[in-house]
Amino acid sequence: MSPGVNATLEHAEGWTQAVQRVLLGRHALAPEYSASDISTSFRANGTINPDTAEYNEHVRTGFADWQLSVSGLVEYPLRLSLADLRRLPSRTQITRHDCVEGWSCIAKWSGARLSALLQQAHLKPNARYIAFYCADSLEPGPDDSGQYYETIDMIDALHPQTILAYDMNGRPLTVRHGAPLRLRVERQLGYKMAKYVMRIEAIESFANLARGKGGYWEDRGYQWYAGI
Amino acid sequence: MPDGRIAVYRHPLVVRLTHWINALCLLVLLLSGLQILNAHPALYWGNVADFGSPFIAFASNSGPAIPHWLTLPGWQDLAGGRRWHFFFAWIFVSNGLVYVLDVVLSRRVTQVLAPTKEQLRHIGSSIREHLRLRFPHGEEARHYNVLQKLSYLIVLFGLLPLMVATGLTMSPAVDARLHFLTEVFGGRQSARTLHFLTAMALVLFFLIHMVAMLAAGPLTELRSIITGWFVIRSRRKLS
Repeated sequence: MSPGVNATLEHAEGWTQAVQRVLLGRHALAPEYSASDISTSFRANGTINPDTAEYNEHVRTGFADWQLSVSGLVEYPLRLSLADLRRLPSRTQITRHDCVEGWSCIAKWSGARLSALLQQAHLKPNARYIAFYCADSLEPGPDDSGQYYETIDMIDALHPQTILAYDMNGRPLTVRHGAPLRLRVERQLGYKMAKYVMRIEAIESFANLARGKGGYWEDRGYQWYAGI
Repeated sequence: MPDGRIAVYRHPLVVRLTHWINALCLLVLLLSGLQILNAHPALYWGNVADFGSPFIAFASNSGPAIPHWLTLPGWQDLAGGRRWHFFFAWIFVSNGLVYVLDVVLSRRVTQVLAPTKEQLRHIGSSIREHLRLRFPHGEEARHYNVLQKLSYLIVLFGLLPLMVATGLTMSPAVDARLHFLTEVFGGRQSARTLHFLTAMALVLFFLIHMVAMLAAGPLTELRSIITGWFVIRSRRKLS
């Protein structure tokens, strides 16, 4: 489709985001379910194994030497092991995962609250987004590596249900589902919830990341605000 | 009119404009909706997808489940389909609000769309006449017949709002705040299935709408929804 047509159609994302954020409020919680609602077969979508030498080595050693780095617009950059992350204030939630393709599955996620982690790192006042960089690459292009990445704004970053999940259904995340860490942003669609999170960065704008739309799928035509 | 025919001003400008904008929106929403369906061409009931036992699954021997000539864009493109769908959803809802406000404030809803008790008493014979493709002529055609009124009311105040409600229910952001909607429809996947089934009911309405229009006189019918003037052919010619 022509760029002009696309640019016009893309205006709707702004209207939807504005109306949803104003009418629905910042603090609403996504519904939480009971253990009996958990899906017996939760589809693993997107990358199911980054399969790089570095990642495979981490899997082999049980992520013992793995560290999540938190950098960018923070006073105290952090390097946290999985054990460190497990010691941070955590949340367990049984939530429904809605994929942009149309299907839904329910699982129990346990992880470190992103708000607690960001509090420890002490965000600088000009931090407007949190970027998540992942271990997997999908299709590289001439202008970017195809590395999966995502960005969320501070409303979602500080939301109580936004966690870096290390456990799924009571057990550590499997490779298929994003080991060692999967982001949960429960009021948006599944593609925002990056798997294989390796590095977090507080940023002012995502315009200079990859193709500048704020995420791997956003760079390929999907909406940055995935509330609908 | 000079040849003895009578013309009545049946469709005010707002009704005509909203009708055509609505028709365009529904076409784009249907075709882009089928594109979106192609991303996961199976429907379920309840909250989650039970992949092993869908309610309906679409498939084809080769190529996409819904053929590309029926989707917008006309190739596999979920991102593109969503762009068209959500842009035209805004136009559809805005246009619908204008229509509903007008039809309520102008009393058209009670004066033109609501069936009279007399009409409802004779609904049986109206059904029989329609099945014989015998449409009211002359003075009888001055007002909407009872089947027209009921079907328009069902579409305007039933099916179309249901499309919006089931559509919004699928939004995880809406679900967080208005979870009662998800519960009313029986779960997020039920809302998705109902969204599709209601769309198919609208397609069925459209087909009947077209057949009725053709059988009742396409030129007369089209002229009335474009210019507003509905010509009633009087059997008697004035000398």
